[in-house]
Amino acid sequence: MLPLASILIEVVGKGLPAISLSFLTKSTGNITDPSSGIGNAIEGTLILIGVTCLIAVPVGSFAGIYLAEFGDNKFGRTIRFLNDVLAEFPSIVIGILAFSVVVIAIGHFSAIAGAVALSIIMLPIVTRTTEESIKLVPSSIRDASMALGIRRWRTSLSIVLVTAKDGVITGIMLSIARISGETAPLLMTVLGSGFYFSGLDQPIDALPLRIYSDYKNSNYPSALAQGWGAALILIVLVLSLNLGVRLLTRGRSSFARARA
Amino acid sequence: MEKFKIQTEKLNAWFGNNHVLKDLSINIKENEATAIIGPSGCGKSTFIRCLNRMHELVPGAKSSGVVLLDNANVYARGIDPVTVRRRVGMVFQKPNPFPTMSVYDNVAAGLKLNGIRDHQKLDRAVKRSLELAFLWDEVKTQLDKSGTSLSGGQQQRLCIARALAVEPEVILMDEPCSALDPIATAKIEELIASLKDQYTVVIVTHNMQQAARVSDSTAFLYLGQLIEYGETTQLFENPTEELTERYLTGKFG
Amino acid sequence: MAVSEDSRPQQVRARARTGLVSLRPLRQFSGDGLFETFSTIFASITILIVVVASVLLVRGSIPVLQSFGTGFLSGTNWISVAGSESYGVLPYVLGTLVTSAIAIAVGVPLSLGIAIFLAEMAPWSVRNALSRVIELLAAVPSIIYGFWGLFVFRLWVRDYFEAPISRYVGALPVFQGTPFGLDILTAGLILAIMIIPTISSISKDVMMAVPSSQREAAYSLGATRWEVVRTGVLGYARSGIFGAIILGLGRAVGETMAVTMVIGNASGPAALPTSLFKQGATMASVIANEFSEAEPGSLHLSALIGIGLTLFLFALVINVFAQLMVWKVLKVRGGSVE
Repeated sequence: MLPLASILIEVVGKGLPAISLSFLTKSTGNITDPSSGIGNAIEGTLILIGVTCLIAVPVGSFAGIYLAEFGDNKFGRTIRFLNDVLAEFPSIVIGILAFSVVVIAIGHFSAIAGAVALSIIMLPIVTRTTEESIKLVPSSIRDASMALGIRRWRTSLSIVLVTAKDGVITGIMLSIARISGETAPLLMTVLGSGFYFSGLDQPIDALPLRIYSDYKNSNYPSALAQGWGAALILIVLVLSLNLGVRLLTRGRSSFARARA
Repeated sequence: MEKFKIQTEKLNAWFGNNHVLKDLSINIKENEATAIIGPSGCGKSTFIRCLNRMHELVPGAKSSGVVLLDNANVYARGIDPVTVRRRVGMVFQKPNPFPTMSVYDNVAAGLKLNGIRDHQKLDRAVKRSLELAFLWDEVKTQLDKSGTSLSGGQQQRLCIARALAVEPEVILMDEPCSALDPIATAKIEELIASLKDQYTVVIVTHNMQQAARVSDSTAFLYLGQLIEYGETTQLFENPTEELTERYLTGKFG
Repeated sequence: MAVSEDSRPQQVRARARTGLVSLRPLRQFSGDGLFETFSTIFASITILIVVVASVLLVRGSIPVLQSFGTGFLSGTNWISVAGSESYGVLPYVLGTLVTSAIAIAVGVPLSLGIAIFLAEMAPWSVRNALSRVIELLAAVPSIIYGFWGLFVFRLWVRDYFEAPISRYVGALPVFQGTPFGLDILTAGLILAIMIIPTISSISKDVMMAVPSSQREAAYSLGATRWEVVRTGVLGYARSGIFGAIILGLGRAVGETMAVTMVIGNASGPAALPTSLFKQGATMASVIANEFSEAEPGSLHLSALIGIGLTLFLFALVINVFAQLMVWKVLKVRGGSVE
């Protein structure tokens, strides 16, 4: 409890003074320039989250659908096991993986490499929560739909999945909270940059990276202040996603604790 | 001569190795309510689930034999079970409206998810089905409300309306009133009486009095076998089999 | 309800319109097959990723393993200057082990204390509120722990912890060196803070899943509150709690950013954890520090990937073990996993 309080106090205390509209919108540019802002880092984080979701949400949801609908066999058990294995990969190892595949292929650091790395982190979480949510839908709902002469795939998608959607969305939100704070895999895939988005195949900045590079440059007071400010924004983002999930699952206990 | 809507010949069913239905041959008359009675575990629910090919959805379930719907075998090779289920509708023991949908959407679900998009058509179908289910007056101003916000009895009538909306010919009911209070039960029994004219109803019930009130013919099953089948008044007043008589007089339940 | 005679033909007409007239033979393309194929493909992507990851890690490590063989695991040098390269991961492996050991030593008692408090003694409202706080704590990103650790926490550790210890028992080898907070001890302590939410929340769940009959049996034998907890609850929940600890250990092993920022980042033999107040490095922190500077295709990069492979195997073994323990307990109890 004490650490949480301390973290919050420090971050808010040291971060708040740094926040201003220009801080939030200007790009970093030259780090020693006291007017540099974290606009590009915020943008970068948002873009990375967006692209990552585009990859990981469809794959993860359908994988979860597979496991829930068809997965009661050896193949399904294998997938479930490997999914758990994937969930426990240290994130830096995932960074190595993304590096070896995407960065080598493109030839330099890029946003898409970072998105790939983050997708691999996000995927097992979405798969697991989707499967669990679908399994929680009572079988009587499925029976009612089949008895109406609705096809199996329609039943699974339009009835069962829709009924399970709260759980699925919860899983997605929690995994977004998780990946927005990930730094290690980004170190080796997107490099960070001082400028706004210039293309998916180019380096990009992100909040955690900005904090890290501010730490590296922390002998410059402006960098240090910027680091606190960025930390504040990041914590606000992560905690509000978590609290949002809390609100959604008021009354239901199991999903909010997806071991991320 | 009354037509038979459904005829089964030597219908057998298994759950894994468990042989639950044995050589059932029953003829269900059209435009009548037929009750299936018997003690717990005698296979009543399994029987009707074979009639709309729901039984096979359970992992490990098997069946053999012939089930004729209007003289066509629903289990013939190559027959799409989905078309069977559209002609033979089902209502379950515990009301199960789709939780994320409104009253309107619940009733329209069977039509919408089979490709019918025309709003006017859907409106008409929803109204007609809710009227047939004796629910229209109670919900006509609240069609947007969630299906689960209705009372238990209303939910069950909603499920009946939902089943009716796809215009089946047969309606199977698996102990539809067992989760309801006496007033709601009475409403549904009244409903069954009115449905008989247009549909064929098969109702599974563990409540003998209900069977006597509601049905024209009754089949008594015991341990997966058909013991006796006949006109309801006849069967209740003058059963031919001793087993039937013992069940009806409460010697075992 | 009176039914007019023309309802029947209407019905037939309606059915004809919607195409439900007869029992149609099975359509070749019903959508169901496609659905199953589609989802199977997506599910297989998981397998693909794990396989590719393993292959790439091994392939990337081959150069360095070929050059140094088992010396890679037992060596302590870390020189990436071309021409006199030498790579040994022992200091980093030890660094990981020592920091994780500190994390467990400090974190487990605290976690268990919290879990026992929440599961057995706290009133319902306190339990809910506190659990929520713990979950928020678990959600804080590692880099923020690192940043805070670097600028705030390590000063506390240095001033309230290390300075006194150094003054009184600084002669002991394990406390050698002038403490200024950026060392193995601080890294271990930060890891402890980070794994407490995990261990305590799983332990709490496991304890709450113990059937009350166990507790009642202990009470009826005349046990005190504490004895009930110890024998009735903890004994029953033992393997689940053990699993939670292993899971926390797995997390500590893989933790990168927070550690990197407070551990001081020594390299090579200087990173051998001979004293808690020394700068050090863990497998994860070395990779984080050096990866972006390593030349693609170089032996240096291969060495880093080799560390990655080692780290991966560590984490894999630990986590599989933990899964088995936690699942065993919670499944048997019939409780849900979380």
